[in-house]
Amino acid sequence: MNRKVTEALLPPLVALLLAAVVGDVLILVFGQNPGDVYRLLLEGTWGNAYGFGQVLYKATTLAFTGLAFAAAARAGLFNVGAESQLAAGAFAAAVAGLGLPAGTPGLLAVPACALAASLGGGLVGLLPGWLRARFGASEVIVTIMLNFIVLALLNYAVAVHLHVPETLHTPEIRAGAVPRLGDLVPAFAGSAANLVVVLAGLAAAALAWVLFRTRAGYELRAVGLQPEAAEYGGVPVGRVWARAMALSGALAGMGGLNFVLGYKRYYEEGFGTGSGFLGIAVALVGRNHPAGVLLAALLFATLSQGGLAVNAIVPKQLVEVLQAVVILAVVTTAPEVRRLLRSAVRPAPRPATGAAAPAPAGAR
Amino acid sequence: MSDAAAGAAGRPGGRAPAVRIAGVAKAFGPVAANRDASLEVARGEVHALVGENGAGKSTLMRILSGMYAPDAGTVAVAPGGDAPLRDVTGWTTAEAIAAGVGMVHQHFMLVPTLTVAENVVLGMERTRGPGGALLDLARAEREVGALAERTGLRVDPARRVADLSVGEAQRVEILKVLFRGARILVLDEPTAVLSPPEVRELWAVLRRLTAEGGTAVLITHKLDEVVEVSETITVMRAGATVARFPTAGTTPRDVARAMVGRDVALALDVAGGAGVGAVAPTPAPPGAATGRAPALAVRDLVVPGPRTARAVDGVTFDIAPGEILGIAGVEGNGQTELVEALAGLARPTGGQVHLAGRDVTALPVRARAEAGLSHVPEDRHRRGLVLDYSVADNLVLGLQHRYARGGAAALLGRRLDAAAVAANARRLIAEFDIRPADPALPARALSGGNQQKIVIAREMTGRDYHVLLAAQPTRGVDVGAIEFIHAQLRRARAAGKGVLLVSADLAEVLALADRVAVMYEGRFAAVLPRAEATLERLGPLMTGAASGELVAA
Repeated sequence: MNRKVTEALLPPLVALLLAAVVGDVLILVFGQNPGDVYRLLLEGTWGNAYGFGQVLYKATTLAFTGLAFAAAARAGLFNVGAESQLAAGAFAAAVAGLGLPAGTPGLLAVPACALAASLGGGLVGLLPGWLRARFGASEVIVTIMLNFIVLALLNYAVAVHLHVPETLHTPEIRAGAVPRLGDLVPAFAGSAANLVVVLAGLAAAALAWVLFRTRAGYELRAVGLQPEAAEYGGVPVGRVWARAMALSGALAGMGGLNFVLGYKRYYEEGFGTGSGFLGIAVALVGRNHPAGVLLAALLFATLSQGGLAVNAIVPKQLVEVLQAVVILAVVTTAPEVRRLLRSAVRPAPRPATGAAAPAPAGAR
Repeated sequence: MSDAAAGAAGRPGGRAPAVRIAGVAKAFGPVAANRDASLEVARGEVHALVGENGAGKSTLMRILSGMYAPDAGTVAVAPGGDAPLRDVTGWTTAEAIAAGVGMVHQHFMLVPTLTVAENVVLGMERTRGPGGALLDLARAEREVGALAERTGLRVDPARRVADLSVGEAQRVEILKVLFRGARILVLDEPTAVLSPPEVRELWAVLRRLTAEGGTAVLITHKLDEVVEVSETITVMRAGATVARFPTAGTTPRDVARAMVGRDVALALDVAGGAGVGAVAPTPAPPGAATGRAPALAVRDLVVPGPRTARAVDGVTFDIAPGEILGIAGVEGNGQTELVEALAGLARPTGGQVHLAGRDVTALPVRARAEAGLSHVPEDRHRRGLVLDYSVADNLVLGLQHRYARGGAAALLGRRLDAAAVAANARRLIAEFDIRPADPALPARALSGGNQQKIVIAREMTGRDYHVLLAAQPTRGVDVGAIEFIHAQLRRARAAGKGVLLVSADLAEVLALADRVAVMYEGRFAAVLPRAEATLERLGPLMTGAASGELVAA
């Protein structure tokens, strides 16, 4: 067990080291002292409660989109659609929240919004999963394209039907809120951190339990590792694909709660831009394991927030370069990542028994 | 020890050596694939390299052909076949090819959409025009055609590889190596996919090659071929060379004993060598005469395949309880599709399947298994095991629903009972002697024979079945495990199960089956009682050269 943990942690740690070296060189090019920059970065993130609160806030959304990618990846699917699934979840949560009367207690309002968020994201995830199962459509292409379609539809809905004049967001939800950390611990005041971060932790634990302790998880991972062996073992491969994508979309959609319930209390066009795609990196660096995803989300959130902290002496794009180095290093070293990437570029196979349509030519 | 063995056995005719490998060791991480492996091959001979799966034969040959560098030991080769030995330890594949050493791999590495000639010249294309910008396919075809003619590896250089039979595709693989000037040819399990006539042709090619001064090293499991074609035999066990015999005067039993280090019951004893068909080893099926409902009844089954809409083209048969029906035939004649359709993995386009009297034609995999069907699939790496799952998890594959606990109301899904999975693993590992006896090890880490034991243990104990489909149950499995697996199939028969045995290994079919069906181009060319199933009758049936009468199925 210990060896397994070491093996799992090694590639991300090597990646971090590599990123630090590249960072050193870039910082020197800018004529700064690497030590100063890194100190500034840490002080602005983990060094004070506000900065740490911002890290937690950013990590929460990334944890959800990272878990979303990991859930699909464990079933052998490459979900590039967290971007729109996150937005759809957030939008659904906002609509549900708006439908609740003012003063609905949080204990009622939060679960209702969470349900709406997971349904919204889940439906956007289910569609490409079903298309893959039924027609063999590549989920990579479909989720990319769905990003454009879904985001455009949401923008239309907000702009035409739901926006507050002069803004690109919906009205504020009046039902019960998720408390900010600042309300509980004064030191966090001003930061966006809120209790949805607890929900992210619970979601990670639940996903880990499902993946590694349940029959559904056993079948889902078997489908991801060896679809033909899963099929032999009586697993309806197509149905598992559809379910995994729905689960993935639902997790991404729950990420929307962080902004909608925990922070601004409305849905705003473009609020989470980039979080869906960054979730892919978070999952890959976290080796598609829920615990790893949480750690990676903290890492990427620290880098994002740290970029703001060091912006005074080096361009904040520096940390984007560091993120890119981490991603590249992990992608080239972790075996399961290479396998997933291979399956993503290959034409999507279909289970022989999943559909009545004739088998694709040249299947063997 | 290996030196003594190598020195004691006679070198044929005192010919000069073409290859001399001494004291080679090679480890992959903690696994020692070779330790003290040696091999001496005389110029102009066919040399058989035999050993159980995982004995290190392929690794040693990959070291010879430059794919791996040894950790210790020396490799010397006589380049071109007539030069003196030269130390080439740790050379590259390019250097090996330049020196005339070529390996024909077990798995074909051909581009199906290209022609034979294009495949053969791939990487050393013939060109014409300014700066060699244009491919000279006509010249390539001419040269490949001439080589095919000269070596007896007859195949039309202009045909597309996708249209070739397996035997022809293999000829292309050999042509590829010879085209690059190989004088020392290494063949890894070349007959696994060939029909008896194709095997004879291959032997003729090898004899012609060696008569012209070429040298061939043949990696094989099949002891009858060793005796038939080779001049010298080297036996490996657990990574080391343990024996070397001149073939003349050696029996398959001697070789088998050297391979496993003890006596084994060989299928060959009843079916191999000269005695094929002489003895009917099995009693009449107990269920056959009693008129009970057949364990499996198949009527007019039609199954599409990758290349044809009727890979199985109207097959009808019954299997009685307590009977083994063996299906012989060259691979690719619909056996794979037949088994997959029976298991529910492929959809038939016509016909019915009845399991113990119940129509299961429309049932999906799990429901069919629950109705009493166990299946040892042809490709355990692709189908039979999730290689990255632990031995324990693999021992419940297809049975996972039986280990799910918690009601339908379980919030996040039904829990897999880890304690029950572990108990099942402990029991089966002991009962089926799966090694190493560690339920947490990934299946990938086990040898072929032990992997197959996982599949067999699961399929024979996991459910109360009526019918066992056993497709190529001993492929890639070592001699010791073959013996064990055969015993299990006999045990299933004794327990009144219907067994469908599909095997490319005729000796295996003849050793186990009560009746033998020959499959050719999707149909049963004949169904013969075991006593009438002789090599002389089966050979022509397998190649479509004769059509037999269908004995009442």
